[in-house]
Amino acid sequence: MPPSSVSAVTPWWRNRRLIPGIVQAAVGLVVLVVVAFLVGNLVRNLTAAGLLLSWSWLGNPAGFDVSETLLPFDASLPYWRALLAGLVNTLRVVLLGLVGATLFGTAVGMASFSSNGLLKRLARIYVELIRNIPLLLQLVFWYFVVFLALPNGTSAIQLPGLVLAKSGLYLAWFSDLWHLQWQGPHLDGGVWHAPLRLTVEFGALLTGLVVYTAAFIAEVVRGGVASVPKGQWEAANSLGFNPLQTLQRIVLPQALRVIVPGLNSQYISLAKNSSLAVACGYADLYSVAETTLNQTGRAVEVVLVLLGSYLVIDLVISALMNGLNRMVQLKER
Amino acid sequence: MRTALPSSPLQRLRRELFSSPLDGLISIGLIGFLLAVAIALVKWALFQAQWAVLQANSTLFAVGRYPLEQQWRLWLLTTLLVGATGLSWGLLRGLPRLDRVDQLWPRNDRIAVAVVLALAVLAPLFLKLSLAIQLRWWLEAALLVATRWAAGRWALRIPPPARRLVPLIWPLLYFAGMVLISGGLGLIQVSPSEWGGLLLTLVESSFAILLCFPLGILLALGRRSELPLLRWSSVVYIEFIRGAPLITLLFLGQNILGFLLPGGLAPDRVWRAAWVLTFFAAAYVAEAVRAGLASLPKGQLEAARSLGLPLPQALIHVVLPQALRVALPATVGQFISLLQDTTLLSLIGLLDLLGTARTVMANPAFLGRNAEVYLVLALLFWCGCAALGLGSRALETRLNPTANPAR
Repeated sequence: MPPSSVSAVTPWWRNRRLIPGIVQAAVGLVVLVVVAFLVGNLVRNLTAAGLLLSWSWLGNPAGFDVSETLLPFDASLPYWRALLAGLVNTLRVVLLGLVGATLFGTAVGMASFSSNGLLKRLARIYVELIRNIPLLLQLVFWYFVVFLALPNGTSAIQLPGLVLAKSGLYLAWFSDLWHLQWQGPHLDGGVWHAPLRLTVEFGALLTGLVVYTAAFIAEVVRGGVASVPKGQWEAANSLGFNPLQTLQRIVLPQALRVIVPGLNSQYISLAKNSSLAVACGYADLYSVAETTLNQTGRAVEVVLVLLGSYLVIDLVISALMNGLNRMVQLKER
Repeated sequence: MRTALPSSPLQRLRRELFSSPLDGLISIGLIGFLLAVAIALVKWALFQAQWAVLQANSTLFAVGRYPLEQQWRLWLLTTLLVGATGLSWGLLRGLPRLDRVDQLWPRNDRIAVAVVLALAVLAPLFLKLSLAIQLRWWLEAALLVATRWAAGRWALRIPPPARRLVPLIWPLLYFAGMVLISGGLGLIQVSPSEWGGLLLTLVESSFAILLCFPLGILLALGRRSELPLLRWSSVVYIEFIRGAPLITLLFLGQNILGFLLPGGLAPDRVWRAAWVLTFFAAAYVAEAVRAGLASLPKGQLEAARSLGLPLPQALIHVVLPQALRVALPATVGQFISLLQDTTLLSLIGLLDLLGTARTVMANPAFLGRNAEVYLVLALLFWCGCAALGLGSRALETRLNPTANPAR
């Protein structure tokens, strides 16, 4: 049978070679039309509003203040410095949050394997409680109900090396790193002083992010450890390993293969969730960007900066975690 | 060798809490901590908390600034929903099923009814609602129990064709509800800017949940398609959305959508946010569904295709039912986060539950009553999310082919 007769009996709408091409062309056309429509409108509307894409406004003085910046900043500096200060603030809370959430989450995750029934249940309750309450609600709770209700002055909560007051969180730190001079918080005329002071806004945001993310990390850790067969524990035990050694030498190396990919996505959500800082008054990238938009009206540029920055943060976290993942994966010859 | 474990409550308590000196120490510390927290909480709730902030603003928290003379529409909608729930619930229990011992009132149902009745009596009392409104809550609760009872009792008397139509009342009810809420068809229009509180939260989340699911399935299929153009556009979309925090996308929706669409075509702020939530959640649902699709052996699709099923039919009848079952827990997890994400609307100036709370708190009369309001909101969200999670787990066992083999 010559090939031509096959195509003669097969109608064109069932042609295995033609249909994918037609579908592709249709998809391409739809995507193209939609994009062209949106971009066309954007350009037309922006031109009408006199807001065509331009970056020169970034050099104008910002005129607003950004609180608690690591980089020196004041209102006379340009917008790009304000956005940079916001980005640095975001990075600061994300980095500390990652460390805190990992430590706390791992502790809670391991607690669900405890021989103590109460501790085990408490870990479950913690996870179920935190995961079912919106993060934003938790953040405003920490800020308005807990941190803003802290007492001030002599009645502030004083722990060794740490003072919690409404005016801020005061930490002990080396006042002189060369001579290792350690200095704790001290009260001076009704006002606390310490080498390291954090604002309550930062404290509330960090606490909220750590408490929330730790619940998810606890689940990741629990799943990872549970994925190691029970026989591994028993085998290590019968070889004479003590529980800590078993965990460190036998279980964790295997559990990490499951844990690391899960941690990756939790770290990325923590970075993205840090954008809720605006709810507790912390000047992160998003909150600076919002102020910038209100002052300049440059919506498109501001959104591009925001999306780009968070994308870069996500990619950096992903790259680092993928590197870690390669390290913990099983090496096969 | 395993020794038999002691089983009297006291022995069990001892084994769980005091099996070793360290365990005992931890237990005592934890018990002390929990007792202190519980005592402080009870003391606060009874003597320090001032619940007037909720009592005075209960309408605001429930429906926002929905006009008073139009609120009968919401009561009608609630009544319809309650009736439909009772009917579906009763039929679920009343009709015989292969996988379950027939029992008209299983233990869970009795607990649920008790909870509903207790809530209907206690919640209005706690909120100090007027007698007329209290009466309405009692009637709604009574209606639920009555329809549940009647539908369970006479389920078998309903002819099978009519029975099959019952699930259809839900989509109908959704459209009826939308009309009742927003107006049209002879009803006075109530603009979305007047919706608020729980009403707005429910409208936004239900809209986004219903739409993001089919959208997510399409995106997941697109991402696994063999056509490069389709695959790459899905990948770009999904990764773009997943790379951005929701708040920046909402920000984009509020500030740029007006520029992207020709003048006048952009929806108002409430619907803009609803669409952003939908498109946002669709990317995450797509990833959940993709995991389900990936778990399916390739042979399923190939077998269906070689039996002569066209691709759409093979997907609908063979691939998707299995893939969606696997993807169910993750998908419902996304729905739960979507419900939680509606709180972000308060950051762009909409008056959802949290937004209402923030405006109420700005009122000098209720200054500093944060703890009361936020704790009640947390309880509300916790119950909603936990209920979704429970429902998902129940559906999972129901759909599990190995748990209830067809007999």
